Amino acid sequence: MSDRGRGEHEGRTAGEVAEEQARSRNGSSNGAGGHLAEDAVADAKTQARVDPENVERSSGLATAVKQLAGAGAALGYAVGEQVRNRIPKADLDERDPDYIREQLPGLWMLASFYFRAEVRGLENIPAEGPVLLVGNHSGGNLTPDTSVFTLAFNTYFGVERRFYQLAHNLVLSMPGLGFLRKYGTVAASPENANKALDSGAALLVYPGGDYEVHRPSWESGKVDFGGRKGFIRLALDKDVPLVPVVSIGGQETALFLSRGGWLAKLSGADKYLRLKVIPISIALPWGLNVGDLLGHIPLPAKITIEVLAPIDLREQFGPEPDIDEVYEHVTGVMQDALSGLAAERRFPVIG
Amino acid sequence: MRLNQSIAIAAPPKLIWEYVTDPANVLHYMSGVTRWEVVGEQRTGLGARYRMLIKVGSAEVGGLIEVVEFTKERDMAWSSVTGVDQRGRWRVRELGPDRTRVELRFAYGVAGSGLVGYVSELVAAPGLGTHMRRSLQQLKRQVENQRLREVAERRRAEREGATA
Repeated sequence: MSDRGRGEHEGRTAGEVAEEQARSRNGSSNGAGGHLAEDAVADAKTQARVDPENVERSSGLATAVKQLAGAGAALGYAVGEQVRNRIPKADLDERDPDYIREQLPGLWMLASFYFRAEVRGLENIPAEGPVLLVGNHSGGNLTPDTSVFTLAFNTYFGVERRFYQLAHNLVLSMPGLGFLRKYGTVAASPENANKALDSGAALLVYPGGDYEVHRPSWESGKVDFGGRKGFIRLALDKDVPLVPVVSIGGQETALFLSRGGWLAKLSGADKYLRLKVIPISIALPWGLNVGDLLGHIPLPAKITIEVLAPIDLREQFGPEPDIDEVYEHVTGVMQDALSGLAAERRFPVIG
Repeated sequence: MRLNQSIAIAAPPKLIWEYVTDPANVLHYMSGVTRWEVVGEQRTGLGARYRMLIKVGSAEVGGLIEVVEFTKERDMAWSSVTGVDQRGRWRVRELGPDRTRVELRFAYGVAGSGLVGYVSELVAAPGLGTHMRRSLQQLKRQVENQRLREVAERRRAEREGATA
């Protein structure tokens, strides 16, 4: 069967494929992604209708897109398998305080001179015991705010205080990033989060994850967890204080243009790699950077981090807090603080 | 990396010693220090422990330190227990009546951090040197001011005694 024939047999054009993407996305009430998919539908329909005499060419294009999507899905499945195989078992003992201590001078230079970092309010973190630190996530696949906060936490409390961070599977299975486990980075799963808090450690989570970290640069001053509320249930289950941490500057380390949610859907990355986005940015040294899988050279944007007052959920919202109410409160408090940090900035990158 | 700064203060060693060894004064004269808390029961003297932090570049650096040498009105040295490796020393030496030389020595680093660690020590030195210089200047100002107040108090008492 020819390529064209296969495309006709399946009987869908690029416009229809994209429309289906849009419908399923809108169904899951993902507003921003939905708009992107609607844009894709509009673009594809325009391509299909503007030139009615050239239906054949259009159909060929649809076939090519489908083939590309199919190849992307196959590749995504293969990579997904690799990723799943490479995800390390939850072993909190992999955190290595001596290693962290030896790396602190390098982190200090990076934070002090490259990112001119400023960290405020560390005294808000309870001096001992388990605590859930909830941050907004910025900077693409290379997140300078995480490096800066790791440095600040470890110098302030000492490497002896156990401190873990939850990260995306892809980050932990990426070749060359194994050293992150020595810093206490573990795969984001309820099991690991429970284990970390049960051990009495401080745990840093970024509920927005890949969705927030790739938001467009012009949304730098916006907290966007995408409606993910698991962190609240975690804090309630473990009855630990929740400490919000806001940071700004990460989204200025490159020009982030789009999350590329439609691309993730089309290639199957959402299914096989748990990736809801395939970001599109303009970044060094690549220029146009799709996926950001190889990382990029971050621009030396000034990073400012502020640790906010701890929130005792049961003390503030009663014995059985309403998850939605807490979510609105936490994101509201964080948004206020982030807006304050954004208002302090006079210039992009320079700060 | 080892840093060394000294200053002459118009006050007797006893007064300077009392001022320097009282942990309640540290945040008043030590530039860049953001925390100096007594850990345990012992406030001062050999074996006293403090949790300290000093702002260097982007980070508040420090840890738990312990006083390892305490010779009254002459030397007080400390060493780190946790945190960045550090050793420090106050040397107080009498230059003449009401005149004392105070020296602050500070050595720091992170063992095992290699070339990057060495470069970071070099890079941190100017900032720490500035903190040390300011600390000594503030100590001089505060101790000399206290000395003046004591002398004025004595004169006032003498005047009041004479009129009575």
